[in-house]
Amino acid sequence: MVEERIPHREPFIHLEDVSVRYRVPSERIGTFKEYLIRRLKRQVQMRTFWALKGINVDVYRGEIFGFVGDNGAGKSTLLKVVARVLRPTKGRVIVTGKVAPLLELGAGFHPELTGKENIFLNGALLGFSHHEMLEKYDRIVDFSELSEFINAPIRTYSTGMYARLGFAVATAYEPDVLIVDEILGVGDETFRKKCEARIKEFCQRGTSILLVSHNMDMIEGMCQRAAWLDHGILQFMGEPSQVVRAYREKER
Amino acid sequence: MQPPPIYDSAQLIPHALQELKEAVRYRHLLFQLVRRDILTRYKRSFLGVAWTMLSPLGMMLVLSFVFSNVFGATRGFPAYILSGLMAWNFFSQSTTGAMSSLVWGGGLLQRIYIPRAAFGLSAIGSGIINLVLAFVPLVIVMLVSGTPIRITAAFMPISLFLLACFTLGLGLAISTLAVYFPDVAEMYQIILLAWMYLTPIIYPESVLPAKYQLILHLNPMYYLVKLWRLPLYDGRWPTWGEFWPAAAIAIGMLLVGWFFFTSKSDEFAYRI
Repeated sequence: MVEERIPHREPFIHLEDVSVRYRVPSERIGTFKEYLIRRLKRQVQMRTFWALKGINVDVYRGEIFGFVGDNGAGKSTLLKVVARVLRPTKGRVIVTGKVAPLLELGAGFHPELTGKENIFLNGALLGFSHHEMLEKYDRIVDFSELSEFINAPIRTYSTGMYARLGFAVATAYEPDVLIVDEILGVGDETFRKKCEARIKEFCQRGTSILLVSHNMDMIEGMCQRAAWLDHGILQFMGEPSQVVRAYREKER
Repeated sequence: MQPPPIYDSAQLIPHALQELKEAVRYRHLLFQLVRRDILTRYKRSFLGVAWTMLSPLGMMLVLSFVFSNVFGATRGFPAYILSGLMAWNFFSQSTTGAMSSLVWGGGLLQRIYIPRAAFGLSAIGSGIINLVLAFVPLVIVMLVSGTPIRITAAFMPISLFLLACFTLGLGLAISTLAVYFPDVAEMYQIILLAWMYLTPIIYPESVLPAKYQLILHLNPMYYLVKLWRLPLYDGRWPTWGEFWPAAAIAIGMLLVGWFFFTSKSDEFAYRI
């Protein structure tokens, strides 16, 4: 089996029969009045929808694990469950260590603040103190290559600069689990290479990485194992090349 | 090296307690969010943070000019208005801020884990800073209008604490509602306006006819504003009978708001 080739045996991420159900009203109820009337008439209809069904995955220390699947297959929901954004409706999630989500870089940036101020704000969003960020500050600025612009408000930054700063902040420290959701599409080729190198470096130091991508070359090139999700169900898990093949066959 | 934190979704800690633990763990984030609020609020304006002090002063000038003929007999009327206005502005701005920052922060809540109460807590935090800054013009106005500042002002931290508890509780409760019903935000502004006129902020309590006294005593803000003004404007210690209703209302509202918010907060990530 594939798992025997993995050097470290302790699972960093343990998903046990994880299911997530979204419960949203089937129509938008905008006002209180409407809600109360419908509530009294028992007309509040909730649409329930299982985004993940009975997922069992263990990701080990120092492993890059990829997820493939169509849009809406549940990949992002799965990452959110690991990142603690969503609580599973059923099942259990155990994550050891600090999680750094790279879901859409620079989501917490404020346009009026300078690059420097945003570094500290973003660090705090990831749970770091001012003091801890101070130690990492130079490294972040170096990696982002934005030292000339660091005191300018970031509303003046380009999209690529935004992404560079976001990536630099999120990877400035060594997370135990890194979540990468389809972000390496932004930025130029050089920056993408740099990010990939950084990800591999992390993995050598023992960080577990969850990678979601529609880029099959990337899944095959970077991951040790992968899984294919379809309509919230884990269809296939194993060697990346086999997963990609299975996924592509289904597409036809 | 400290052991790595372990997150286990099956841990059976009540949500209300869990949220409190996380808010303490993320205290640096609260500090940063308050800092961001203060920095960005006036960043593009020429006078900057001075507006925190100038705007209540301006409002006080307008109101005391307009109402001085009506309630002119009140001693130190400008100081009366300004002291009440400070407390009211803190309350209305912080509750509104808690609501709008949660809706604004929704995008963040969908991406990374942060304690959901962080937005409400930081709105109260920035409110407290603005409130403390507003003491500068208040002291000036008190001196100019001949209202003595007495030792009883030492009671103010307690008044402030209780007002902040009430504000946080209500802020969390309405921000929960605003997640599910977007028009709560608009409705709340109208409620605030009516509420302000039902609270003796810009008029003295004594002008109210006896038949309205019941409404006054049903209004929670009446007790909190009174507890705010007594040691400051009236210059006397609150009596036990003036203290306990305010304290009970404030702590009660905080508990209700906190439990309501945390019981729903797991759904926020996909409902905002």
